Amino acid sequence: MTIDRRRFLAAASGGAVALAAPSLVRAQGAGAIRIGEINSYTAQPAFLKPYRQGWELAQAQVNAAGGVLGRKIETIFRDDAGKPEDAVRHAGDLINAEKVDLLSGGYLSNVGLAIADFAAQNKRLYAASEPLSDALVWSKGNRYTFRLRPSTYMQAAMLVEEAARLKARKWALVAPNYEYGQSAVKWFKELLKKARPDVEFVAEQYPALGRIDAGATVQALEAAKPDAIFNVTFSADLTNFVRQGNTRGLFEGRDVVSMLTGEPEYLDALGTETPEGWIVTGYPHADLATPEHVRFRDAYQARYNDYPRLGSVVGFDTMNSIAAALAKAGTTDNEALVAAMEGLTFPSAFGSAEYRAIDHQATLGAFVGRTALKDGKGVLVDWRYADGAKYLPSDDVVKTLRPAG
Amino acid sequence: MSAPAPSAAAPVLAVRDLAKSFGGVHAVQGVSFTVEAGRMVALIGPNGAGKTTCFNMLGGQLRPDRGEIALKGRSIAGLRPREIWRLGVGRTFQITATFSSMTVRENVQMALISDAGGIWSPFRAARAQHAAAAEALLAQVGMLEQAERACGVLAYGDLKRVELAVALANRPGLLLMDEPTAGMAPRERVALMALTARIASETGIAVLFTEHDMDVVFAHADRVIVLDRGRLLAEGPAEAIRQDPQVRAVYLGSGTVSGGH
Amino acid sequence: MLDLILTQTLNGLASASSLFLVASGLSIIFGVTRIVNFAHGSLYMLGAYLGWTLVAWLGPASPLGFWGGVVLAALLVAGIGALIEIAILRRIYPAPELFQLLATFGVVLMIQDIALAVWGPEDKLGPRAPGFRSFVILFDSRFPSYELLLIAIGPAVLALLWFLFRKTRWGTLVRAATQDREMVGALGVNQRLLFTSVFAFGAGLAGLGGALQLPREAATLHMDLSMIAEVFVVVVVGGLGSVAGAYLAAVLIGVLHAFGILIFPKITLVLVFLVMAVVLVVKPYGLLGRRPAGQPRATAVEPLLRPADRATKRAGLLALLLLAALPLAAPDSLLLILTELLIFTLFAASLHFMMGPGGLASFGHAAYFGLGAYGAALAVKWLGAPMEPALLFAPFLAGIAGVVFGWFCVRLSGVYLAMLTLAFAQIAWATAFQWVELTGGDNGILGVWPSAWAVSKTAFYYLALAICAACVLLLRVMIFSPLGYGLRAARDNALRAEAIGIDTMRVQWAAFAIAALAAGVAGGLFAFFKGSVFPTYLAIPRSVDALLMVLLGGVQTVSGPIVGAFAYAGLSEQLAKLTLYWRFALGLAIVLLVMLFPRGLVGGFLAWRERLGPGAGAR
Repeated sequence: MTIDRRRFLAAASGGAVALAAPSLVRAQGAGAIRIGEINSYTAQPAFLKPYRQGWELAQAQVNAAGGVLGRKIETIFRDDAGKPEDAVRHAGDLINAEKVDLLSGGYLSNVGLAIADFAAQNKRLYAASEPLSDALVWSKGNRYTFRLRPSTYMQAAMLVEEAARLKARKWALVAPNYEYGQSAVKWFKELLKKARPDVEFVAEQYPALGRIDAGATVQALEAAKPDAIFNVTFSADLTNFVRQGNTRGLFEGRDVVSMLTGEPEYLDALGTETPEGWIVTGYPHADLATPEHVRFRDAYQARYNDYPRLGSVVGFDTMNSIAAALAKAGTTDNEALVAAMEGLTFPSAFGSAEYRAIDHQATLGAFVGRTALKDGKGVLVDWRYADGAKYLPSDDVVKTLRPAG
Repeated sequence: MSAPAPSAAAPVLAVRDLAKSFGGVHAVQGVSFTVEAGRMVALIGPNGAGKTTCFNMLGGQLRPDRGEIALKGRSIAGLRPREIWRLGVGRTFQITATFSSMTVRENVQMALISDAGGIWSPFRAARAQHAAAAEALLAQVGMLEQAERACGVLAYGDLKRVELAVALANRPGLLLMDEPTAGMAPRERVALMALTARIASETGIAVLFTEHDMDVVFAHADRVIVLDRGRLLAEGPAEAIRQDPQVRAVYLGSGTVSGGH
Repeated sequence: MLDLILTQTLNGLASASSLFLVASGLSIIFGVTRIVNFAHGSLYMLGAYLGWTLVAWLGPASPLGFWGGVVLAALLVAGIGALIEIAILRRIYPAPELFQLLATFGVVLMIQDIALAVWGPEDKLGPRAPGFRSFVILFDSRFPSYELLLIAIGPAVLALLWFLFRKTRWGTLVRAATQDREMVGALGVNQRLLFTSVFAFGAGLAGLGGALQLPREAATLHMDLSMIAEVFVVVVVGGLGSVAGAYLAAVLIGVLHAFGILIFPKITLVLVFLVMAVVLVVKPYGLLGRRPAGQPRATAVEPLLRPADRATKRAGLLALLLLAALPLAAPDSLLLILTELLIFTLFAASLHFMMGPGGLASFGHAAYFGLGAYGAALAVKWLGAPMEPALLFAPFLAGIAGVVFGWFCVRLSGVYLAMLTLAFAQIAWATAFQWVELTGGDNGILGVWPSAWAVSKTAFYYLALAICAACVLLLRVMIFSPLGYGLRAARDNALRAEAIGIDTMRVQWAAFAIAALAAGVAGGLFAFFKGSVFPTYLAIPRSVDALLMVLLGGVQTVSGPIVGAFAYAGLSEQLAKLTLYWRFALGLAIVLLVMLFPRGLVGGFLAWRERLGPGAGAR
C-alpha cells in the first residue's frame, strides 16, 4: 500500500502544481495564444488522460519550434465532469475571464453539442475533437464548429463495407442506450440494408450505458439465433459483454462486427479475454509504421514512457490542426480562423487530413481490421487504413443533412 | 366541589354502545355515557381498560367498529381529528403535543389562525395575526409571561398549560384531556386541574378527562365513569363511585389502588 | 421459450447476489445508526479494486490465492469502513438527520479520486475464479458455473446473517438497536463499539459484494454511483433494516432486469424505479419493512424560526444592493459565475422550503429544476415562444409535476419519502432521455437563447437577480405566513396539527407544489442562461447538489440555502478550476465543514452568536 500511497501523493501534488500553474504561465507567456480546452477529464479518464498527454506533446513540439505567428501556444484545461451545463459554464469563463482565443475539446456528444451551440452564439471557433455525434456537423452543425474524429456515420460506413461481404443474413444488434449507440445502429441498418437487401435484423438490445446486465443480454441475443452480431458497446460494458459472451459461447461460429473495439483503450482492458476475429475499427499503435506515426509514437514514448492510445492521437492531432489553422489564418481573429479551417490540410499522426469546407468534418480516418490474441493481449491484425474522405455521403446529400450550410 | 346547576339542555357529548377491537382483542365493548356542559367528567380504569382507545375514538384518531358518538346531537363517529375539532372539540394528549419550533404565543396563534380558516394564506405574516387573542388565552392559563419562549425549552407543567390554551383556542364545547397531569409534581397537578375546573364552570365547556391519580379525580370530577376491560363498570357522582364496592374490587384486584382510598 | 425464461431467471438470481450483499450492508447500517450511507457504493468499488490487486498478488490461478484475495479485500474494506466511522461519522451522530448523508457524500468524492490515483483510469477485468472458469449446460444453453456459485452465495449469506442476528449476542444487540435505539442505550451497551462494528460489518459486506463481482464484471471508476442508486432501490423496496426484505427485493430487481431486456429493452433503467414507485405507493415501508417504532428523529426539538431582525435585514439589503451595483465594476466572467450562483440559490431555497419548514427531504428535486428547463426549452422549440412566455411555461410544467408527484410523496415520510421523490425524478429523467422525438434525448435541446434585450451578460444577470431575489424573498415570506407556520406545525407534531384542524397532508402537498414551482423558475432561467437543456439537468447529481447546498447552509435556518448555495457551488466551481483532483478537495472540504459546522454554516454562525448574546433565533 505504501507504493500506492506514494503514487497518490505524487498525483495529489501534481494537482497542487496545476493549482499554481495558470498564473505562473500567464506571467511567462505574455502574448501567448490561449486555447480553452474543455473535456470530461474526471468522468472519462481512460480516454482523456492519454488525450491530454498527446495534446501537451503537440503543444510542446509547436512551441519548441518557435510557436505560431511568433507566439507560444498555451492551453487552459477545464473538466466538465461529463455535464454539458458545466462545459458551457467553463466556456463562458474561458472566454470572458481567461480571454482564450478559441475553444476545443469535448468527449461526450451532448457536451460537444452544448459547446458548439455556445460557440455559435458567441462567435468563437470550436475545434471539437472527440464527440462522434453526426448532429455536431450535420443537423446541428454551425459555422464555428469543426470536428476531427470520424463520426458515427463514417465508422458505421467503414464497418458496413466489411459486413456486406459476410455471408451472414440474420443480424443481432447491441448498443448502449444513448444517442451514439442509437445512431450507430440506425446507420448500420440503413447502410447494410442498402448494400445487402437480403439481410434481416432479428434482435436488438440497448443496455444502459455503463450498466449492462451482460449475462441476460448475451442470453437474449443468443435466443434470437443470429448469424452475426453488430456491437456498439464499449468500455466496461464491452468487457463484461465479452466475458459473458465467451463463457456462454455467443460468439462461436458467428461473425461479430464491432465499433471502436480495436482501440487500445478498450482492447487493453479485455486482455486474455479478447475475442478473435471480430471486425472492428481501431488503432494498431504497435504496428503502424508510417513515418508520421513512428515520429509521433517515439516522441510520445520518450516523453511519457508509455505507448500512445487513440486518445493520444486525437489530442495530438487536434492541437496540431489548430496550430495549422492559426498559421494559415495569420491571425487569431476567429472569423479569419473559421475561413482558414475550411478546407485546411493539416498533418496528423495518421498522415495528412483535411477539414472539409462543406460540413467542417475532418477526413481523418480509422483503421479497420480484425481482433486477435497475442501473448495474452488483444491486438489489431489484418488492418487497413480507411480514409475518412471515402466514407462520407455525397456532397448533395451532405447539403440536405446540414441546414447551416 | 360545587357543581353548577344541572343544565336542562341535551348533553354536549353522548356516547352510545361504542366498541373497538384490535385483531381479536376487544379494547372497548359497548360503552355508553354522556357529558354535560360545564361539567368535569373523569374516565378512569386500570391499565388496559380502554380509556385511551375510547379517547382516540372520540378525538377521531381511531375509527369505532360500532356505536354512536354524538356531539350536541350531531354524529361525529369516524370523522377525522381535524373535522371533529372544527365541530368544537379541543384536545390535549397524554404526551404533550406542541410545536417545538414555535414560541408559546405562536403555538396558540397557530390554533387561532386555523380556527379562523386562515391557514391558506401564503403571503401575510402570521405573527401579527390573532396576537391579542392568543395573549388573552395565555393569560387565562397563566403563561403570558413566557409567551415569547420556545416551546421546546419549557418545563413539563408549563407545556401542559400551553396545550390547554391551544385546546381552548377554538372555544370548544367539549374538551378532551388524556392524562392531563401525568408526569407533573403534585402541586402542579392541583393547580392545573383547578384551572381547568374554573374554566369549565366559567365558560360552560364540558370536560372529559382520563386520570390515574385518584386524588385528582375525586377532587375535581363532578362525575366519574369507570371502565374495566373495555366495559363500563360504573358511572356516577364522584363520592358514590368512591364508595362503590365493585370499583374498589377492580382497583384492588389490579393492584393499582391509588391515593390511599 | 421456456428455456429462455428459466435461464433469464437464473441470470436475474445471479445479479441479485451482489446486489443483496451490498444492500444488506446498507440496510444493517441504516437500521442501527440511521445513517443513509451514500458511500456504500464506493465501498463496493473499493472491494472490487482491492480484490483485483490482492488476487493478482496472491496468485489468481490457485483457489487459495483467489478466494483468499476476495476475503482479504472484504476485510480490508471493513477496516476502511471502521476508519470512516471513527474518523468522521462518530463525530456527527447528534447532528440533524440526513446531515450524515452530506459527510458520506464527501467520502464518495474523495474515494473517487483516490481510486483514480491508485488504480489509474483503465478498467480492471479480474481473473476468472479457479474451479468456476467454465460453464454447465442448462436448459440447452451454456450457463457460467460462476453464476451458479453466485446464485448460491446469496441465500448462504442470508442464512449466515440470520444465524448471526438470532444466535449471537452482537446480532441480538443489532436487532434491538434497529427496533429501538434508545433501548440499547438504556441497556448499558457500549454504543460506540456497536456502531463502529456495525458500520465495519456493513462495509465488509459491500466489499465482499464488490470482490465477488470480479470474475463477471470489470472494476471501473463508475461502479460506485451506478451501484448506490440500485442499492437504494433494493433497500427501500425490501424495507429499511430488513435483511430478508433486501434479499427479496434484490431478487425482484435482478429478475426484473433480466426479463426487462427481453420485453422492454430500451427502458430497463426506469423499469426499476417504476417498480420502486409502485411498491412505495402500495406498501409505504417496503415489502418486508415495518413502521419504525418510537418517535422518529425528525421530530427532535427544532430551533425557533424568527423573522429577520434589523441587523439581518440590513445585511440582506446591503447584499442585494451590492449585487445590483456589481455590473458597474465587475468583469463579465464574474457576472457569469454570479448568475449561475443566483439561479442555484433559488433552486436551493426551493428545496429548503419543503425540506426545512416542511421536513420533507427530497432526493429528486432536480426533477422540477429540469422540468422547468425543459418546459422553457420545449416552449421555444415546439411553440416558437420567445423567452418571456417560455419563462412562464417553465414553472407551469414543473408545478404540474409537483402537484402530481407530490400527491403520492406526502403520503410517506422520512427516507421513504425521499426515495419516492428519487424514483419520480428518475422517471422524469428517463422520459427526457428516452423520448427522443420530443426532447432530443441525451443530445438535448439547443438554441434556447434569451430575447435580444437580455442577451448581454449584464442584462441577463439583472433578469436573474430580479427573478431569483423576488422568488427567494417570496419563499421567505411564505415561511413566515400562516401557510408556512402550518407547514412547520405539520412537521413539528402532526398529531397536534391535525387536532387543531390543520390538514397536514394538504399543507405538505401545497409546499411540495410550491417548491416544485420555484425550482421550475430556476430551471427555466438556467435553460436560457446555458442556451441548451439536457437530461443531466434532472439527473441524480443535480439533486444531490441541491441537497448539499441546503444541508451545508443549514436546514433549520432561513438564510441557510442562500449561504449554502454560494458556499457549495462557489467552492466546487473554484476547485474545479484549480485542480483536476477537485473531487478529492471538494470531498475533503465537505467532510471538514460537516465536522466543524454540524448544524450547517448558518446554523453554526447562529449558535456562535447565541453564545455571545441571548435573544437571537434562527434566521
